Amino acid sequence: MREFFHMGGYAFFVWTSYGLAFVVLTINLVSPLQRRRRLLQEIAQRARRMRKSS
Amino acid sequence: MWKFLHKLASPKYFYDLSGRMIPWLGWACGLLLIAGLYLGLFVAPPDYQQGDSYRIMFIHVPSAWMSLFIYVVMAASSAIALVWKMKLAEVMATASAPIGASFTFLALATGSLWGKPMWGAWWVWDARLTSELILLFLYLGFIALQSAIEDRRSAARAAGVLALVGVVNIPIIHYSVQWWSTLHQGPTVTKLGAPSIATSMLIPLLLMALAFQFFYFAVVLMRGRCEVLERERNSAWVQALAREEQG
Repeated sequence: MREFFHMGGYAFFVWTSYGLAFVVLTINLVSPLQRRRRLLQEIAQRARRMRKSS
Repeated sequence: MWKFLHKLASPKYFYDLSGRMIPWLGWACGLLLIAGLYLGLFVAPPDYQQGDSYRIMFIHVPSAWMSLFIYVVMAASSAIALVWKMKLAEVMATASAPIGASFTFLALATGSLWGKPMWGAWWVWDARLTSELILLFLYLGFIALQSAIEDRRSAARAAGVLALVGVVNIPIIHYSVQWWSTLHQGPTVTKLGAPSIATSMLIPLLLMALAFQFFYFAVVLMRGRCEVLERERNSAWVQALAREEQG
């Protein structure tokens, strides 16, 4: 296991690459989920306000 | 076929259909990713010249492929949007840009992380690296141009023209390793005849490439759905959806 994480001496370069890929892909995945939730919230709020004022 | 295309062009139909597809695409991506990572990190042997550093390729090569593929999708959608004024094509181009930029960034960053131990330099101004950097700027320019123009449709038109002009960069990136003498190695997988790569390394590479492909399809649909919601925010079906989910 130790050998696995050591990556033949290239640990820093290999794990930074994989870590970076993980972070970038996660951001790509989470941001549309958040955006969708926020959007629907906003639309629902506006609709409620419209109903109250009319 | 035409009937299907017409139906697909309706925002609500697109929203519903993509909502059903995303979970399947996500599962396919996840399974391929697990298989690819397992074979690439545990099963494939170290390279006789590069040791374990070559494992960066399992991220680097699929990212670079995706950076080109997504650009072509983005430019083709822009062309369709410009010619036929199809809204959904605009949505697809807009949704693709940030994902393409992410993969381009990953290709450059992981290439740099491999170049340092192998070439002894983080960066060299060589044809392949420079043209890939230009690709990143094209993506960023597309995104910036779109957010700079207030009106959505004219923004998409301006950015679409930029995307189409930038297409010339794609063959330049692909052939850069053959046209100019460069540090970057030539193609090993798409070479005519048998690929000059061991099967135990080729399989995880292809699995990772497929996983990234499915990742793109899932995320571009997720982004596209948000885009559609925003554009159709005043329509009855979006209002009903918001009421349903937010109470």
